[in-house]
Amino acid sequence: MARRPEPVQVVKQRRDAALDALVAGVPYIRFLGIRFERRGDELTGVLPYQDMLIGNPVLPALHGGVTSAFLEVTAIVGLSWSMLWPRFESGEIDAVAMAEGQLPRLPKTVDFTVDYLRSGLPRDAYARAEVTRSGRRYASVLVEAWQDNRGRPFAHAMGHFVMPPQEGDR
Amino acid sequence: MDEATRRRIAQQFIEALPHARALSIRLEEIGSGSARMALPYDARLVGDPETGVLHGGAVSTLMDTCCGAAVMTHPDAPRVTATLDLRIEYMRPATPGQTITAEATCHHMTRSVAFVRAVASDGDPDRPVATASGAFTVSG
Repeated sequence: MARRPEPVQVVKQRRDAALDALVAGVPYIRFLGIRFERRGDELTGVLPYQDMLIGNPVLPALHGGVTSAFLEVTAIVGLSWSMLWPRFESGEIDAVAMAEGQLPRLPKTVDFTVDYLRSGLPRDAYARAEVTRSGRRYASVLVEAWQDNRGRPFAHAMGHFVMPPQEGDR
Repeated sequence: MDEATRRRIAQQFIEALPHARALSIRLEEIGSGSARMALPYDARLVGDPETGVLHGGAVSTLMDTCCGAAVMTHPDAPRVTATLDLRIEYMRPATPGQTITAEATCHHMTRSVAFVRAVASDGDPDRPVATASGAFTVSG
């Protein structure tokens, strides 16, 4: 008798565990308290508010460096996930092994340009990345962050990345 | 403005920023429209666990803070400034364990905008880790 395919829910739980491991493996992401929510292949970065994220205490506003870091973290995790997703689908990468600590190499930032549209308020922030070019060696990513209103981002950024070498590259 | 006053303003500027404190960013030198700041190596700020290299985001915070201080100490003495845009180029990974030092210069200022450039290195000024350029708002 043929083996029954695994229930989709089990596959999803494995992928969530793999994503958690990817994020938890980076000390700086933990330091800022950033986490990721997954809906299928779409990721949203969440930056829960903490007092230590403030730059200007008079306004008060999030530090510009925090905004930039949140956007860059979201771009890197979003780009990594977009690269991993098809390899999970094809079975080339095992989500269980990844969840257990066999983490993939991350893309390296070449440059990152942040546009500060309005000041970041002292509350939670969200961000989503869009990979606009995804080559074997280079990738371009647009990323946007908002707080109360998705239609009124407080910052967006554009970054270029060098992709980690994949098996078979020479 | 004399050197002592400029230094005091810049020192207060940094100490008033909770996130700069969280990263232990310190002011090393202040000029007239220029600043030098240091970010000590900290395992909590690592972006690549395999190599121990600091995350670009921490370097961004150092650059942004240093550029803001360069604007504040410009002879035109703006009262308030905020980042309009900042571009960072990462030339090479910073050496794990090394303090990163950024030097920023506000090279031009209009009534409404300040233009700033910065370079970050981890010991050898001839081999920068990153460069930055940006525009800042000016008011007051």
